[in-house]
Amino acid sequence: MTEYLRIDLEKEQWECRVCNHVVGPATKSYKEGMLVHNRDPREIHPPIIDPDKYRFTFSPDPEWVRILEYYCPSCGTMVENEYAIPGHPPLYDMEVDLPALKAQWSTREEVPEPVVGPEVVRGTGHGNH
Amino acid sequence: MSDMKMPNAAKTLSPEDVKLVKKFLSDTTLFLGPDPEIMQNHDLMPRTDVEDKCIKKVNETHMIAKIRDRIQAGCDEGYEMVEQMGAAPGAKWGDVITGVYSASGDLAIASAGGVLIFSTLVHHPIKFIIKNWMNDPTVGVREGDGFIHNDSRYGNVHNTDQSMILPIFHKGELVCWVASTVHEGENGAIEPGGMPSMAESPCDEGLKMSPFRVVENYQIKRDILTFLQNSVREPKLQYEDMKVKLYACLRIKQRVEETLNTDGPEALISTLRLTMENVRAEVVRRVSEWPDMTVRTYIIQDSTLRENCVVKINCKLTKTGDRLIFDFRGSSPEFTNRATNTIVAGLKGMLAQVFLCYVWPDLPRGQAAFAPIEVITDPHSIVNCSYDAPNSQSLMSIFTGFTAGQHAVAKFLYSCPEKYTKVHAPTFNMINTFIWGGVSQHGETLGNLCADLNGMGAGARSDMDGEHALAPIFATMADIGEQELNEEDVPFLQLVSKKMTMDAVAPGKYRGGQGYTMMVSTKDSEQWGFMTVCQGAKIPPIQGLFGGYACGAYPLCKVKDVNVYDVLLNEPEKFKHSIAEIMNEQPFEGASYTTHHMGMGFEISKKGELFMISQGAGAGYGDLLERNPDAVIKDIEEHLISQGVAEQLYKVKFDPVTLSVNYDATKAARNDERKARLARGVPFAEFIKTWNQPKPPAYLQYFGCWGDDVDTLYAGGPDITRKANEPRPNYMRNPKDVRIDELEARLAALGAHGDEKK
Repeated sequence: MTEYLRIDLEKEQWECRVCNHVVGPATKSYKEGMLVHNRDPREIHPPIIDPDKYRFTFSPDPEWVRILEYYCPSCGTMVENEYAIPGHPPLYDMEVDLPALKAQWSTREEVPEPVVGPEVVRGTGHGNH
Repeated sequence: MSDMKMPNAAKTLSPEDVKLVKKFLSDTTLFLGPDPEIMQNHDLMPRTDVEDKCIKKVNETHMIAKIRDRIQAGCDEGYEMVEQMGAAPGAKWGDVITGVYSASGDLAIASAGGVLIFSTLVHHPIKFIIKNWMNDPTVGVREGDGFIHNDSRYGNVHNTDQSMILPIFHKGELVCWVASTVHEGENGAIEPGGMPSMAESPCDEGLKMSPFRVVENYQIKRDILTFLQNSVREPKLQYEDMKVKLYACLRIKQRVEETLNTDGPEALISTLRLTMENVRAEVVRRVSEWPDMTVRTYIIQDSTLRENCVVKINCKLTKTGDRLIFDFRGSSPEFTNRATNTIVAGLKGMLAQVFLCYVWPDLPRGQAAFAPIEVITDPHSIVNCSYDAPNSQSLMSIFTGFTAGQHAVAKFLYSCPEKYTKVHAPTFNMINTFIWGGVSQHGETLGNLCADLNGMGAGARSDMDGEHALAPIFATMADIGEQELNEEDVPFLQLVSKKMTMDAVAPGKYRGGQGYTMMVSTKDSEQWGFMTVCQGAKIPPIQGLFGGYACGAYPLCKVKDVNVYDVLLNEPEKFKHSIAEIMNEQPFEGASYTTHHMGMGFEISKKGELFMISQGAGAGYGDLLERNPDAVIKDIEEHLISQGVAEQLYKVKFDPVTLSVNYDATKAARNDERKARLARGVPFAEFIKTWNQPKPPAYLQYFGCWGDDVDTLYAGGPDITRKANEPRPNYMRNPKDVRIDELEARLAALGAHGDEKK
C-alpha cells in the first residue's frame, strides 16, 4: 500500500514491509499501531539565517506547525510524517474498503515487488545542442 | 430568492405560463454575469445530433488518429508562433496554450506544450458566447469574428490571461472553434503585473473582459483596441499580443481548413468528438484500477499575502469503483477582501494537471482527461469563491489545492500495478519569483514578472531524487527564461541567479529537487519596484510522502540603505553570493537587513538595494535513514547541503576533509537513531490524549474546519465559526491598522497619550 506498509487481505491486517511486524487491523488507521513523535520542525529544517537577528529564518515556525513522525514500533522505520497545526487531530489518511480491495485483487496475479512505473526516456533525435 | 411563506399560496403555473415567464426573464436580463450552469460544469457537453451523424459516417480508427495528429500538429504550430512572436514574458517562456474546440465549446485537442491548466479552463467563455451571443441580434457569431476574454469569473485562472477565440465555419455551418491563450501579465490592476495581492475587491483587479467581439473580418477593431490599450500599463504589449494570438489562431484555422478540404467536415467533427469520448472512457477505466479507498490530507496556507494566518485547504479523495471524488469541504471560507480566493473552475483546472502532467502524461491533452472526475466544495469557500470576491491571487489556493490532490493521489497509485509514471512526492507549489513594474531604462512603462516562477523544485520519486528547479506544476514543458535577455528590457539585474540555496532541502530516502537563490537589484531607473506573491515563510506549503519530509520555509530578505553597485565597483570582495552570508555577516556597513513573509505588496526600490528570495524544494520520499550515504556525500559535493546538516539529519559519518564515508560508523549511528525513535515515540492512543485539542489554538488566526467536523468552519479564531453551507462575509483588517493599534496600545500602556483628545 505504501513504501513501508502492506495489507494482508486474508488476515485483514496492516503489516510493516521492513520487519513484518503486524501493525494493526486494516479496518482502522495504521497510525493507531504506530509510535508518534512531536518533532520541532527547526530540527529538520534548521535556520539558514541567524534566528537571534531575524523573524524569518528559513525554518518553519514551531508555534505554527509541528511534524508528527510515525514510527514502526518494532523496527523504528519512519513510515509516514504529517505537518500538522498544533493540536489538530492526526488524519485517518488511508481508509481502505477491504471488501472492494479483496474483490479487486481476487482477479489479479500476485505482484511480489512494487511496480515502479516507466522511466522517462531521453529523446534520441537530432537536437539543437 | 427567499423561501418565505406567503399568506396566500401562489397559483400553479401552466406550462404555457412557465414558458412565458422564462421568455420574459430571458428577454429582460439586466446583466449577463458569469453563468453558474457553465462555470460549475467541467464535463463534456452531450453528443449532438450532428456529431452522432458524423461518427456514424466516419469512425475508422486509423483515419481518426491521422486527423487528430494533423490537428495536433496545427495546434503545436500555433503554439510555436505565439511563443516565438509573443511580447509578454509569459509567452516567451511557454505560459501559452492553443487548441481546437468542438462546435459545442469543449476543448478537444490542445497544444502539447505550454500551460496545460488552460486545457480545462478556456471552454467556459466559448460556451458563454454560444449561449448568449450566437443568437443575439446585437452581437451574433460570424465568419471572420474574433472574441477576446480575460475575466476569470467567466473562465480561466486569473485576469492576467487573455484569450483570442475564433469560430470556424465550413460552407456557412459552425464546425469548431480555435483559441489561443497567453499569460499576458499587465492588465491595469491596482498593482503592476496583473496579479495584485492588494486587491480588496474585483474592482481592484484591472481589466474585466467578459467575452466580446474584438475582431471583424479577421481585422482587430481599432476603436476597441485603443480602449483596451488605454486601460493597461503596457499598451504596446496589449496590441502586439492580440495580433500574435489572432495570427496563431488563423494558422490553426488554416490547418483545420486543409483537413476540411481533404477529409470533409464529418471526419473533422467525428475526430474531435471521438478524441474526447475515448479519453474520457480511458480515464474511467484507469481510475477503476486504483484501490477503493478514502485518502485524507490537508495543506496549510500561512498567509493571505497581506498578513500571516492559518488557512486550511482540506481534501478527502475517495475512489469507489470507477468514480473518483475530490471533496474539498472544510476548506477555509472565502476572504471577502483578500485576493487569494479561486473560482472552483480554477481549482478543477489545477487538479486536472495532477493527471495530465504527473499521472497520465500519455493521454491527449484536452478537457476530457478530467471530465469524469468529480469535485465537491462548500459554497463561498476559498476554493469556490463568489462573484463578489477578489481572485487575482487565485494561484495561492489552486496551487495548494493541487498539492493536496497530488499528495492524496500518490497514496492510491503506489499499490496500483498499472502505472504510467513513477509515484512521487509533492512538487514545490509556490511562484517564488519577483513581479516587477515601473518605467524601464528605455522610458517604457512595464509591469510583468520573472519567469523564475517556472523553476519549482520537483518532488522525489519512489526510486530516485527529485529534479532541481524543474518546471512549474501547471506546465511540465515550460522554460525559466534567460535573465540576460530579460535585462535588455528591464532596469534591474539578477545579481545572483540559478545558484542552489544550500540547506533549504526536503530530506528523505530520496530528497526533493532543490530551489535556487535570486537576488535582484534595481539599476537604471528611479521609478521601479518589485512585489512577491508566495506563501510558506512560516509553514511549508507541501507535505512529504511515506516518511519523506516537506521543504522548509522561505522568507523574503531585504538589504536597504546600500548601493551594491558601488560596492561591486569599489569593494567587490564585500559582495557575497548567498543569502546566508549576506544576512549573517552583514558585510555592507550602515545597511539595514530585514526579513519578511513572501507577500510583499508592490514596493518602489532604490538603486542598489537588494531583494533576495529562494525557489522552493520539492518534497522528500521515504525514511531519510535509508538514504544511500554516497548520495548524501554527493549532495555535499554539489553544495546542496552542508556537512553539519548532512550529519545531523542523515546520521552519515564521514571524513570532513576527504568526504570518505565510514560505512560501519554510519550503520551504527543509524541503528542508534532507530533505537532513539523507539525510545522517544509515544503509542498513538496515548499521544492523542495530550496532543488533540477540540479547537484551533487561540493565538492563531485560523480559517477552515478543525479535525473531521467539516460542517463547522472557523473564521479567524477558536470562537468565530459559521456553518459551512451558510456563507457570511469574512473581512480582514488592514495590516497597517492592526499594527497601528498595537503601537497605540503600547503608547497607552506607557501613558504617552497624555490628555490627547479622542
